[in-house]
Amino acid sequence: MGVLHLVSRSPGESLALAQCLERAGASDAVLLLEGGVYAAIKDSVLAPKLAGSMQCVTIHALAPDLRARGIAAEEVIAGVVLIEYEGFVELSILHNPIISWS
Amino acid sequence: MKNFLFVLRHPPHEGMGIRESLDMVMTVAAFDQSVRVLFLDDGVFLLKLGQCTQNPNLKPTSPLFAALEIYDVEGLWVEQESLAERGLSLADLILPVQTIRREEMAFFLATADIVVAC
Repeated sequence: MGVLHLVSRSPGESLALAQCLERAGASDAVLLLEGGVYAAIKDSVLAPKLAGSMQCVTIHALAPDLRARGIAAEEVIAGVVLIEYEGFVELSILHNPIISWS
Repeated sequence: MKNFLFVLRHPPHEGMGIRESLDMVMTVAAFDQSVRVLFLDDGVFLLKLGQCTQNPNLKPTSPLFAALEIYDVEGLWVEQESLAERGLSLADLILPVQTIRREEMAFFLATADIVVAC
């Protein structure tokens, strides 16, 4: 059972995502939510770093938070798994512990 | 009359900040001062098109700025590099804006009498 890492701040405002990825292990999952979903935009300069991390961790993004910010599914980095609130619940059950990087 | 420059650097949905900032912009404009608004860093996301209108707790921020024209706000400015670094272009924004390059920013900031960071 891997760790679930929650990243809720934009990479433009906080180093939370980078700091989280430095510490995430092979069976871990990362969930981008709230402002954290801005990290999922594929044309951003930070995208290659997130894409590179997907070799060892799975990256998820909360779809309702993407929609609220006007980020369409086509704008998201390939390989990032989009989930609804039900998927968030499921991730919470399948992982332990849960760490918030805010 | 003073030249006011409001600098918006934070993304949508981080508390009540954006509404309070807009109140300030409109108040200053209502007193016939010269007002410009600059979207810098994550502030460019405030203008992003396509923000979902369904969630009452996360209302889109972009339409709020459409009203600024009525208040004689002289210009909405966006830093080109802030857009590009975030994978955005002018076509992703809800309003026509004026753009400025990072290398011009020092001069741009220096032309204001009062800079309000919000």
